[in-house]
Amino acid sequence: MNAQKLLELADDELILGWRNSEWTGIAPLLEEDVAFSSIAQNEIGHARAWYELAARELGTTADELAFDRQPDEYRCSTLVQLRLVPDWARTIARHCVYERSDQARIEALKQSEDAEVGGLAAKIDREEAYHRMHAEMWSERLKDEPRFSAALEELEPLFDVRDEHVPEFAALWEEMTMVRRSVAGATW
Amino acid sequence: MVTEQQVWDALAEIPDPEIPVISLVDLGVIRSVDVSRDQVRVEFTPTFLGCPALEVMRDAMAERIAALGVQPDVQVISDDSWSTDRITPAGREKLRASGFAPPALRELGGPKLVQLQSNAFRCPYCGSQDTALENIFGPTPCRSVRYCRSCRQPFEQFKTI
Repeated sequence: MNAQKLLELADDELILGWRNSEWTGIAPLLEEDVAFSSIAQNEIGHARAWYELAARELGTTADELAFDRQPDEYRCSTLVQLRLVPDWARTIARHCVYERSDQARIEALKQSEDAEVGGLAAKIDREEAYHRMHAEMWSERLKDEPRFSAALEELEPLFDVRDEHVPEFAALWEEMTMVRRSVAGATW
Repeated sequence: MVTEQQVWDALAEIPDPEIPVISLVDLGVIRSVDVSRDQVRVEFTPTFLGCPALEVMRDAMAERIAALGVQPDVQVISDDSWSTDRITPAGREKLRASGFAPPALRELGGPKLVQLQSNAFRCPYCGSQDTALENIFGPTPCRSVRYCRSCRQPFEQFKTI
């Protein structure tokens, strides 16, 4: 599979994982603190697996791809770049939009002629099933809430937008790459 | 010369780093053991990709194999071959006995929210099926949190994947 396509997948999962983790400690319910932290952990695990495949094609490492590129080199969707804390309605709307779009993408990847890509997509899908159930539960709970409907309308078109970086992405990148930039060769 | 059985026995002594009541063999994450003259190749399938215990498991396997006097070659295989259905019957019983409800068997099409919200799950403490879903997510990626209305005890339910 084309390394640029792998990077799109990996970047989406890494940046969404990062955004989800911003709810750790401050979600409106303790259960959601746990849920968004756990989803973040899964998404970053998926990002690593996709970066590892891309790294082999590009002759580099997963960490270098995740943390050593310049902000304008990231290929993630605008949808995942947005900083939505502390807006819960928009956060849940993004969760629903992302999981639905990601499901279609994963389904297609499961049929990939590249057995490694197909196998990894199928493995990831087993975990994503729980993210989708969580989104489904919240979508049911908020379906009559106007702020939620408005957020869905706002965010739905953004999954396929990849040619621009929103202003708040720069701050995320600064924070995410700080250790790598300040301590060359750091491991943890 | 080390035999394949000796390797399996050694691996069966490695506890899961986060749920130490079961071993890596109970967990079903070791797909194959291949012994050649002075090297042992093990294929290991991760459970959840974001699980921080994966490196610990991989290093523990390499260490145990090296202790048998042979060169370890632990390959991490991120394909679709691991499911919670691979947890052995002995492993499931060990989970239950320590208060983790073992995963339900995977049905065609995978788990559904309506199933999680049903009373198909049994409390590992009192055996009642009068249990409710508290949170799809729990303290590690592999667990959900449920509550038993019968003995009024929250418990952790291994997710089916």
